[in-house]
Amino acid sequence: MSIGQAFLGLLESQPRHGYDLKRAYDERFGQGRPLHYGQVYATLSRLLKNGLVEVDSVEPGDGPERKRYAITAAGVTDVERWLGQPEKPDLHLQNTLYMKVVLALLTGRGAADILDSQRSEHLRLMRELTRRKTDGDLADQLICDYGLFHLEADLRWLELTAARLDDLAGKVRR
Amino acid sequence: MNDRGVPLLVGRDLHKSYGPTAALDGASIHVRAGEIVAVMGPSGSGKSTLLHCAAGIVPPDSGRISYDGRELNAMSDVERSALRRREFGFVFQFGQLVPELTCLENVALPLRLDGVKRREAERRAAGWLDRLEVADIAHQRPGEVSGGQGQRVAVARALVNRPRVLFADEPTGALDSLNGERVMRLLTQAARESDTAVVLVTHETRVAAYSDREVVVRDGRTRDAELVA
Repeated sequence: MSIGQAFLGLLESQPRHGYDLKRAYDERFGQGRPLHYGQVYATLSRLLKNGLVEVDSVEPGDGPERKRYAITAAGVTDVERWLGQPEKPDLHLQNTLYMKVVLALLTGRGAADILDSQRSEHLRLMRELTRRKTDGDLADQLICDYGLFHLEADLRWLELTAARLDDLAGKVRR
Repeated sequence: MNDRGVPLLVGRDLHKSYGPTAALDGASIHVRAGEIVAVMGPSGSGKSTLLHCAAGIVPPDSGRISYDGRELNAMSDVERSALRRREFGFVFQFGQLVPELTCLENVALPLRLDGVKRREAERRAAGWLDRLEVADIAHQRPGEVSGGQGQRVAVARALVNRPRVLFADEPTGALDSLNGERVMRLLTQAARESDTAVVLVTHETRVAAYSDREVVVRDGRTRDAELVA
């Protein structure tokens, strides 16, 4: 996850204090995994050093001074370039499940059982996401759909592998 | 009210062949009151045949099916068809609405067949169209509405006489993702509110994810866990 670019995008919409930035990030993208303050300030100091953000104002407070950060022109260019650049598709070719299936076949264990229990586990998570989606708002729906489509792809692989187990067993044991 | 823990519908060791082809080869299923069960499996695995047998539409060659403690095999055709009309609801992939009737009349039809007066039947039908978010097309005919709307009307018609089990065979099979999701959300919501159990045949995992649990059919067989009940 590109925290730096996410901060730049959030700062482009409006200048914010470090705390507000963290809160905005956690609300929109945190998904139950909020940022640590250490990550927030380390990221901000890197963006400052690279000239992508600047301190817009400093307010005295009871404790330390509160700095408000704003994006610079270089920051806007950076976020624009990042947004325009397609992400490299994730390819999980080194797949633990494939490894388990092959090892089960090699050692004479039931590979079909491995696939069955994995299917149940995937479906359990899909049910959880579906419930969350049904009860949630549009943001929840989009986030859950992203997860659901990926789990669905795994399940299609599980089905196809289950249908090819006999062939695979022949090759693995050769 | 059936105890949640006691299965309402049980099919045990079902066999069914069409000519030389075995569609079911010892499949079993159990469904508790109010439970949503997805029947999954590849094309030709026997999942639709399992639904047809469990619903008493097609008799199995061997095996037993019981509903609320009564054996379906022991019933006469007339008793089985009365059971299907009063206790079961059905939604299929295509074309189950009567094209000459309006959507409202389609939904009211099962009630009219059960002797409910027209005004009362249409009042109740209108309530179901509203729950399925298709009240605005009540006076249109099925040919004039979209696939997703037609399927929601079909769900309303299947639930209007408050069946205890709804059998749904690929109910979203002919719909795009967004309309399919909407049908599933409304179908499962309505079924849960009415405490109707659902047997949902689907090959789509995203549809199956609306269920409480799944039964996987492969080569006409299910896993032993289904026999536990």
